[in-house]
This record gives sequence, C-alpha cells and structure tokens, in this order.
Amino acid sequence: MINGITVGGSYALIALGYTMVYGILRIVNFAHGDVFMMGSFFGLFCMQFLGMPYYVAFPIAAIATAIMGIIMERIAYRPIRTADSLTVMISALGVSTFLGNLAMVLWGSGTHAFSGFSGITVSVYKFDNVVLSNIQIGFIVLSVLLMMALYFIVNKTKIGIAMRATSHNIKTAKLMGINTDRIISFTFGIGSALACVAGLLVGIYYDAVYPLIGYSYGLKAFAAAVLGGIGSIPGAMLGGFVMGIVETLGASYISAGYRDAFAFAILIIVLIFRPAGILGKKEIDKV
Amino acid sequence: MNRKIQQFVFEHKKVVIPIAALIFLGLPFFVTNSYFLHILIMVCIYICLALSLNLVTGYAGQLVLGHAAFYGIGAYAGALLMLKLHVNFFAALLLSAAITGFFGFLLGMPALRLRGDYLAIVTLGFGEIVRLVFVNWKGLTRGPAGLPGIPSPQIFGFAISGRTEFYYLALILALFTIFFMVKLINSGVGMAMQTVKNDEIAAEAIGIQPRKYKIMAFVISSAFAGMIGCFFASYLSYISPTAFVYNTSMTILTMVVLGGLGSIMGSVLGASILVIVPEMLRFLNDYRMLIFGALMVFMMIFKPEGFWGAGKRRRNIYKINSEVPDHGSNS
Repeated sequence: MINGITVGGSYALIALGYTMVYGILRIVNFAHGDVFMMGSFFGLFCMQFLGMPYYVAFPIAAIATAIMGIIMERIAYRPIRTADSLTVMISALGVSTFLGNLAMVLWGSGTHAFSGFSGITVSVYKFDNVVLSNIQIGFIVLSVLLMMALYFIVNKTKIGIAMRATSHNIKTAKLMGINTDRIISFTFGIGSALACVAGLLVGIYYDAVYPLIGYSYGLKAFAAAVLGGIGSIPGAMLGGFVMGIVETLGASYISAGYRDAFAFAILIIVLIFRPAGILGKKEIDKV
Repeated sequence: MNRKIQQFVFEHKKVVIPIAALIFLGLPFFVTNSYFLHILIMVCIYICLALSLNLVTGYAGQLVLGHAAFYGIGAYAGALLMLKLHVNFFAALLLSAAITGFFGFLLGMPALRLRGDYLAIVTLGFGEIVRLVFVNWKGLTRGPAGLPGIPSPQIFGFAISGRTEFYYLALILALFTIFFMVKLINSGVGMAMQTVKNDEIAAEAIGIQPRKYKIMAFVISSAFAGMIGCFFASYLSYISPTAFVYNTSMTILTMVVLGGLGSIMGSVLGASILVIVPEMLRFLNDYRMLIFGALMVFMMIFKPEGFWGAGKRRRNIYKINSEVPDHGSNS
C-alpha cells in the first residue's frame, strides 16, 4: 500500500505533464516518458560528475529538463500545431525515438545506479507493522508539495489564469491579449520539470535508471492521466495514485507477472464505462 | 514532383504494374544474398501489416495503437496450431486469421464506441495486456523463452524452406492483401467506411450505421494482421513476445502515416521505406535510430501528408487550429 502510494506519486507527477499539454493543445505528447528519463539522467549526471549534493542537483536538473522540454516544443510541435493530431503524434514518436537513443549514445544502454552519488542514506522506521523508509517519506512529501504548488500556480497566479484561459479556448485567449505561445512554452517547461523530479525520485527509490525506463513509466503515467480524466489536473493526481495502488495490490495479492496488466485492465474498464475518466468532463460532439 | 510521379503512375497503369510485378518476381534471380532476401520478406510482411492498419486508421478513421497485439495473436495461434495440433500451414493461416478476427471483434464491440484518442488508448492498453499474457502464460506460450521449432509450410509434400521460396510466399500474401484492400475500399462497404471517417453524423443521416462499419473494418484489419503473423511464425520458426511490443505497433502506424493515410500505395511505400532505411543506416551504428527519429520529426513538419498522400492534410492557411475545439475543458 505504501509502496503503491509512493509509485503512484511518480505516476501522478508524470501524468500532470501529459494532462496539461493535452488540456491546452489537445495533443498527446508521447515523448513525455523520455523527457522523464532524460530528467533522471540529468540529475544523475549532476550528482555523479559534478559532485553536487542532491538538494542542488534536483533544481538544476529540473531547470535543464524544463529547457529541454521547451526546445522540444519549439522544434517538433510548434511548426505543426495546426496539423491534425496524427501528424503531431508521429512527430512525438520521432522525438521519443530521438531522446531514447540520445540517452543510449550518451550514457550507454546499461542500468545506472544512484546510490553513492545522491548522498542520501536509507533509514527505515517501523510503526507497528508498517515499514517506512526515509526515501518513501521524502518521495511522498515532495510529490504532494509539488502538486500543491502546481495547484496554486494554476489557480491563483496570473500565468495560471492565462493557462486556464488558453486551455479553454486558444483563439479567444489570443484575442484577449494572452501570448499563447509563451503559455504553451511555459506549460511544456513545467510539465518537463515535474517529470524530471519524478525521474529523480524513481531513480533514487529503485536505485536504477536506464534509457528505456521512459517507455513503461510514460505509458502508465499516460494511462493514469486518462484514468483521472485527461485535461484535468486533479484528475491526473488522483489517477496516478489509483494506478500505483491498484498495480501494487494486484502484484502482491494476485500475480506479480501481471503487474502492468492490472493497470491497463483498470484503464480499459474505466474508459468503456466512463469514457471521460473519473474526474473528466464529458465532451459533446456538435454537428 | 511527387504529384507528377503519381500522375505518371496513374496514367501508365498498364505499363507500370506489369513492370513492377516482373521486377518483384525476378528479384530472387539477382539477389541471392540471404540477408537481402530476408529484408525483402520483412518488407512483404510489413506491407500486409501496414495495409491492414491503413484500412482501420486511414479509411475508417479509427486510431489503433495496438496493432502488434493482433499480429502477435496470429503468430501464437498459428504456431500453437502447427506445433500442438499438427495443422497444415495453410489451414493454420486461415484459422489464425479467423481467431485473430474474433479477438478483434471482442475488443472492437465495446471499444469502438469510444472516439479518437480514447480508442487509441484502449487499443494501446490491449496491446500491453496481450504482450503480458504472452510473457506470463508459461504453460502455453513458454513465456519469454518463446516457441521454437515451428514447422515450415508444406504444399503437396514439397516443403517450403529456402529463403527464395519464402520470398515468393510472402509476395503472394502481400499481393493478395493489396488486391483485397483495393477491391474492398472501392466496394460499397469501403465507401461506407470512408463516409464514417469523414463525418459520422452525416453517415448516420444517410442510413449508414457507423458502428457496424467500424467493427467490420476492425475485424478485417485484425484478421489480416493475424494471417501475416502466422506466416511470420512459420518463416522464422521461432517466436517470442519481444516481436510484438508497443514499438512494433508504433512502427506500423508510422509506416501508414509516413506513406500517406488512406492510400494503398502509400502504405506499401511506407512499409518498404521503414524496413529498408534503418537497414541502410546501419553503418551509423549507435546514431542510426537517433537520426531516424529526427527524420520522422522533419518529415512531419515539411511533408505531413506523407510520401503518397492525397495532399488533403495540408496546413490550414488561416492558422486556425482545427484540432483545438472551442468547447469544454478543465485544468
């Protein structure tokens, strides 16, 4: 259960990136899983080669990933923003292939360990029969804090209001004098930074990162975003935690081999009965 | 330039097609290297896969992200039929197409009620579940170890075992698929499918049931994927779950889109290019897929309608984003 919440936190953080981009542009950024992976590698690089302590490496890696996300949007998505969604999807797949192989060229295809570089020592606390490690606590606290911060940004700040306006109707937002290009860049930046933090947390928690990690996490986080109702920020958070808990419980009580299958089975069932997701709004087709 | 080539091929159909047929039939006489023959066989296999996906995505307008699942079901069904029940290859070919079509029906019935992106996600999830079943149902599929020793096809006591014979068999299957798809999309059923793609509500208004045609396209598409899966199993004589992953689905979709959605010739070209180009880029070693990914992005930016597309998917000159609806959203 605790495990599920911990993993769910990372899904939620990645899912936020999917859902924000979808909310504004109505496109699925299939390269987001690879952004998550690159973020993890950036952090590892900072700690391993530049010798930074983790509290310095985290923000620097997040900023680097955010910049990468913005560049990615500039090159691969902006020129084809008016094209149909399949075109964008293929472009995203191209970016995903590119990033995955870039990581392989830069760091090799093997698995890299975090331990020894992060400067974090694992300690375990026991409450009755619940076992918690400091990493798990830090993981959950950090992901909840980030989500609260995001919620604050989106709902209370000026740029958040502009973001919501853009996601509501991009043309009208433009007419209202909002620089929608900047908002879109900002959205990609925030989403990428969150994915980077998720990547670092996952890397430290499992003590491993490898170039293909983005694939499975990206897919499941995307499923989580859809589960909660894509386009909805609280939905992505809820979907992430539900996904993490379901998959952990299914793996420990039914069969570990089908771990990922539970997540997807839940997704399919939810979509068939409630196509807009748990917290999503139903869109009505107009003639 | 592209349009001129299309025009030329169209006007000189009677000359171009026999020449192309002769080239393909004669290829094994010039290409004796078994590595090149292997690539040609893979081209044929991917042509079938791309065409079957094109039917459902390009013509019926339903985005499917789990096509490799059907390919895999067909491969496993065919392999098990031949290994455990000693069914003849050609019977297995038909049976695996039927079995895969049935799975397509089972998934399509509930899933095709969903629109666009949601259908894509459900098929994506289905693909992952199928792969996990292949990995975990060790009693039947032997899990990640795969199924070895799948027999080669036999015709009247004559075993097809060499690369050249397999090439001809693959060519026959590919030509059959092309022929079937051309006939289908020009028939009433095919027209109805395209109507559903263009406007579901209008289709309904003139008496076409969108669901019926969507399911029909989906079942035919999965049956063809299953058929070629069975051939693939027999050709390699060994299958494992790694051949039927999400990446394979994406590769097939990329072939269809890169070639041009809703174009038979486009899918054929897309499949050929996407099998051959990565092989040609092999000298670049590690940078191969890196460059390939970048090429995909640039292709979409500069030529979004694909190699052989109708040119309908040009950019909107008014810069009004048709993909961003005016209504409903929350974040």
